[in-house]
Amino acid sequence: MGPNFLDNSFFRNIYCNLSESDDIRCSGGGWLGDGLLPGGFEWLAFLITAIVMAMVLINLVLGSVLIFIWAERRLLGRFQSRSGPNRWGPYGTLTPVADAIKTLFKEDIVPTAADRWVFNAAPIIMMVPAMMVLAVIPWGTGTFLADLNIGILFIIAITSLSTFAIVMAGWGSQNRYAMFGAMRAVAMLISYEIPMALSLIGVLMLAGSLSLVSVVNAQDVPFILVQPLGFLVFFIASVAEINRAPFDVAEAESELGAGYHSDYSGMKFGLFVNAEFMATILSAAVIVAVFLSGGRGWDFIPSQGWFIIKMVPVLFFIVWTRASWPRLRIDQILTFAWKGLIILAFINVAVSAILSFVWPDPSTAELWLMAAINFGVLIVSVLAVGSWFGPGTAGTPKMAHGDSLPRPRPAGQPSGGDS
Amino acid sequence: MTLKSEPVIVNVGPQHPSTHGVMRLRVAFDGELVTDAEMIIGYLHRGSEKLAEERTFTQVVTLTDRMDYVASMTNNQAYILAVEKLAGIEPTPRGVWLRMISAELQRIASHLIAIGFLMQDLGAMGTPLMYTMREREDILDLFELLCGARITNSYHRPSGVFQDAPADFWPRLEAFLAEMPGRIDEYEQLISGNEIILSRMRGVGIISPDEMINASITGPMLRAGGVDWDLRHRQPYEYYDRVEFDRPIMDESDNYSRYLVRVYEMRESLKIVRQCIDQIEPGPARDPDVPFVIRPPKGDAYVPIEGPKGELGFYLVSDGGISPYRCKVRPPSLINLTLLREMLIGLPMAAMIVTFGTVDINMGEVDR
Repeated sequence: MGPNFLDNSFFRNIYCNLSESDDIRCSGGGWLGDGLLPGGFEWLAFLITAIVMAMVLINLVLGSVLIFIWAERRLLGRFQSRSGPNRWGPYGTLTPVADAIKTLFKEDIVPTAADRWVFNAAPIIMMVPAMMVLAVIPWGTGTFLADLNIGILFIIAITSLSTFAIVMAGWGSQNRYAMFGAMRAVAMLISYEIPMALSLIGVLMLAGSLSLVSVVNAQDVPFILVQPLGFLVFFIASVAEINRAPFDVAEAESELGAGYHSDYSGMKFGLFVNAEFMATILSAAVIVAVFLSGGRGWDFIPSQGWFIIKMVPVLFFIVWTRASWPRLRIDQILTFAWKGLIILAFINVAVSAILSFVWPDPSTAELWLMAAINFGVLIVSVLAVGSWFGPGTAGTPKMAHGDSLPRPRPAGQPSGGDS
Repeated sequence: MTLKSEPVIVNVGPQHPSTHGVMRLRVAFDGELVTDAEMIIGYLHRGSEKLAEERTFTQVVTLTDRMDYVASMTNNQAYILAVEKLAGIEPTPRGVWLRMISAELQRIASHLIAIGFLMQDLGAMGTPLMYTMREREDILDLFELLCGARITNSYHRPSGVFQDAPADFWPRLEAFLAEMPGRIDEYEQLISGNEIILSRMRGVGIISPDEMINASITGPMLRAGGVDWDLRHRQPYEYYDRVEFDRPIMDESDNYSRYLVRVYEMRESLKIVRQCIDQIEPGPARDPDVPFVIRPPKGDAYVPIEGPKGELGFYLVSDGGISPYRCKVRPPSLINLTLLREMLIGLPMAAMIVTFGTVDINMGEVDR
């Protein structure tokens, strides 16, 4: 058992009630006295506690998926000048429940041509990484399942597993649309993992640790201010990683029907949708932990509350983007990653390296100074890199009035009179 | 060494979110690029032209509604103009003005559909579509006041329209005219300068004006290729020679210009409606002496009009009976599709869908 599990207050409360652990953090036992289980059964206490914690955490996030689905649909309704779901429950709050029940009762169809094992395994594999990432997120002071000392690396490694699920779904369906979606998803997810990982290096230099708890503790000034360029790159890359607009090419509904999950029905489809919404919530959670100082805030709200309050604007922004922007083409997305984001991420790494060489152990005042320098770097580098992609201007047609305009001639031919 | 792979044949449609109906494209893909495309149409064929031979001249109006079902008024107009030419009927002035008002409103509604669904094809999550549908709803409400129907209007009749506009139509129309320019500016803010839209639509789906003229492509698609061809200006029908309007022309002939020409045409249509309201004169909305069952003399007639999608015309042949001996439609949707293969080859899949969207077809009109 890793000793840092006991830093989690919820974990400690359950575990210390059960076991006769002589750990100093368990001194005095739990509320029920010292140790319900006899000595030597610490492993059983740990197992029970871990299962309970995992159940609680996963169900909390699944519940928040329902809330997020409702909120997104209401918000999209508002953005699109309509009311959104409003039939089931007050303000339509029960609509996702109705959707979930409907999805459960739908017939589960496996296409005849499908590769059954791959087809059936894909939705499960899609859910696993989303659930595993839950473990390392510090939801508040002392509220985390595991304070891994490689936390950020763990997140990057585990989230890339969802690529396998997408490929399996596309390949297993034996459907060309699904295959197109899967191929696009692979190309995109692999490309965006690089800027995503690079953008976090600046944060690691400042925090001096890969553990998310240490990263949160290092944020006397939120890293969104100290690392604005890193935040920008990370935010764009994580929107791409979770397959949401404007990077939703993998399931581009106007081109591919539903992309890689075209052939899925019933709860398997539900699992894909669930995993995608979970990924959205988790990416917002990672952004809050890494860039928005996690659960830190004034004392009148508990730290878990601060964490959730900070997640709301991030999720709102993701929904807002989805409501207002069209989709990019896959080649443009890849160009943007390789020629834009990676360069920005490298600039950020270089500047952060210099700054952390100058101030190896920055005080709060030095962090603010870094923030000012980094904002300058952000503006200059984004303008420089952005100028390659070119700011486009809206066109204007010629307005023909009265007499007819001459007919256009192909190049090289003498222009005669009006035909 | 280059690795050659087998092309992937994909059936885009007839059940596909972006084929604007039951269009089917058999597309060969090399990776994401289109190497060949074959258009398969006819899934919505209802034999309207043959059915027209069994109905009286006035009854055929209801069939024309169902051809281009997002632009019923202009279909009515094209058909009625051919009937009037065939039978030598003189329409009443008020009827003509009402026809022009309804046709121009219909042009705006059709372009709204074109733009909204084009944005849907671009993956814009329905927001521009909802906005354009909101304005189309206003236009359909106006049509409801005019004739009681919203989509299948059957409003036009030989010698005018079947009833005069009710009194509360005019203030509603004024309110619409006052509101609509701001709404069009809103689309332009949301769409026209958007970096993603520009990068996806500029320079994509180019087709040269000469090819378009050879394929007899008409409408906004041709005008986006720099050809100043608008039948309202070239061969004014009804009272289009009495109204002032500009014709937006663009030279790029790409997807973006086809989109932008439609946006500017909506503004011009609003101007035309404004002038129609100013010039409309009192009087009967149709000539009560024209009988319901017309027996035109032997002969034929064809009147092309500028429909929202291009040149729309009905070629009618009469043998002196109560129904057309032959009714042949010149559908702009079908003819504008003829160059689709040339436009699509070499484009990526996403651009293929968008290019298809900018042609602005309606399957009811393609298959009839």
